[in-house]
Amino acid sequence: MEAVLFYALAAVTLISGVFVVFLRRPVHNVLFMILTMIGLACLFILLHAEFLAMVQIIVYAGAIMVLFLFVIMLLNLDEIVMPPEHRRVRYGIGIVLAMMLVVFLIPVSRGMLSAPPTGASALPAGMTNTEIIARELFTTYLLPFEIASVLLLAAIVGTVIIGKRPTR
Amino acid sequence: MESAMPIIMVVVKVLLVIVAVLTFVAYLTLIERKVLGWIQVRVGPNRVGPWGLLQPLADGAKLLLKEEITVSGANKAVYILAPLIVVVCALVPFGVIPFAKGLGLESILGPSVSKYDLNTGVIADINVGILYIFGISSLGVYGVILGGWASNSKYSLLGSIRAAAQMISYELGLSLSVIGVLLLAGTLNLVQIVESQDSIWKWYIFRQPLGFLLFLIAGSAEIARTPFDLMECENELVAGYQTEYSSMKFGLFYLGEYAHLLFLSALTTTLFFGGWQGPFLPPILWFLMKMFFFVFVFVWIRGTYPRLRYDRVMTFGWKTLVPVGIFNVMATAFIYTLYLQYWRA
Repeated sequence: MEAVLFYALAAVTLISGVFVVFLRRPVHNVLFMILTMIGLACLFILLHAEFLAMVQIIVYAGAIMVLFLFVIMLLNLDEIVMPPEHRRVRYGIGIVLAMMLVVFLIPVSRGMLSAPPTGASALPAGMTNTEIIARELFTTYLLPFEIASVLLLAAIVGTVIIGKRPTR
Repeated sequence: MESAMPIIMVVVKVLLVIVAVLTFVAYLTLIERKVLGWIQVRVGPNRVGPWGLLQPLADGAKLLLKEEITVSGANKAVYILAPLIVVVCALVPFGVIPFAKGLGLESILGPSVSKYDLNTGVIADINVGILYIFGISSLGVYGVILGGWASNSKYSLLGSIRAAAQMISYELGLSLSVIGVLLLAGTLNLVQIVESQDSIWKWYIFRQPLGFLLFLIAGSAEIARTPFDLMECENELVAGYQTEYSSMKFGLFYLGEYAHLLFLSALTTTLFFGGWQGPFLPPILWFLMKMFFFVFVFVWIRGTYPRLRYDRVMTFGWKTLVPVGIFNVMATAFIYTLYLQYWRA
């Protein structure tokens, strides 16, 4: 049952990922990207990581993709028409980048193929997924967590400064 | 048969909730029109059936029988998808609302019910209930945005751009307003949140008054109730994102809107007013009474306040609601920590 669900969800996620790349209308691309995000969230649920799944939906599928859609609608992008010149160069760059990705992925995939198949790891008794994440974030990973939050704050301040037109 | 029992029971529960919610939603339109009528010193609908009780049926039949128009130049797939997204995202969150302590199924179906833990008054008792609600409601925004975009009309597009900006802004305020309650309850699970409010003094309205006020404001902005319904502001944008929709597709938008209203009332009851908790009467009755009281409050607000100006709405959201929300979270955390450290020990 779990395996069937996993393969179905993985298929949905990957196929919508393919559509994100190949469709020509930006709004359709965003829609399929949302579907990819939701598929990922469902995979998290399959691993009993409910908290991560919900945060994935709220942050990526909910907030960030709305911004994408917002910008696309404001710019009124209807269809991406690639210019006919430099087609060879574009294909060349694409193929080289794809090859590089494959090279990077070889060690990862080798590790995955040789490892025994695992399902969701068992939770310690009496603790929910949320509690475990909270404990880990505020003990083991406190420093990276705080650094990330400072980074985000800096990004927000930067955006406000850029967004504020100079008044003369 | 024995092994299929849990699945059948869950389906029964889901159907029960959907039928109940749809019926309530139909009669919400009547309640809204009646109450608005009284507020404006007129009678309200009273032609169809006694006291207009059959009015929702007549409205539904009217919507179904109208001509289905797909605007030429519309992006057809997205145009049809948008109302569906709105309705689904409005109905699905009801799955985590605890309606009652128990449904009393044991008396009907025997003790086998309790074996499968099906007697709880909630469809899905999940650990991250409140996050699930925010997740689904953040997806619901797409229905509005895409509907306006796919109609290929200027008014619709302007409406949906307004909707996108407003909903993103107020989602932040809504989440911040709830964090105080979550801190005090120590859980994200709605069933446990209700169980922690077992006496009237423990209702979170008394411990989180500022949070409640923020929740009410941000909530009505999130579901686009009247002081904040700028995305369908008829004197500027015809009907906003739903301008080009007709017949049942329009009906679905309408249904989604009222289901959102019902859901917001149910969530207010659950988070701040003790959910199904109450003396003497059965829990489900308490829940419904509180929920419909908040429905009335939202209609009352609609009958009282005029629509805000758009830039004011955005300024208020970012410069008032968010800072006050952050202050509320920090003050709650500070006082609660002091309490845990000194008073309780």
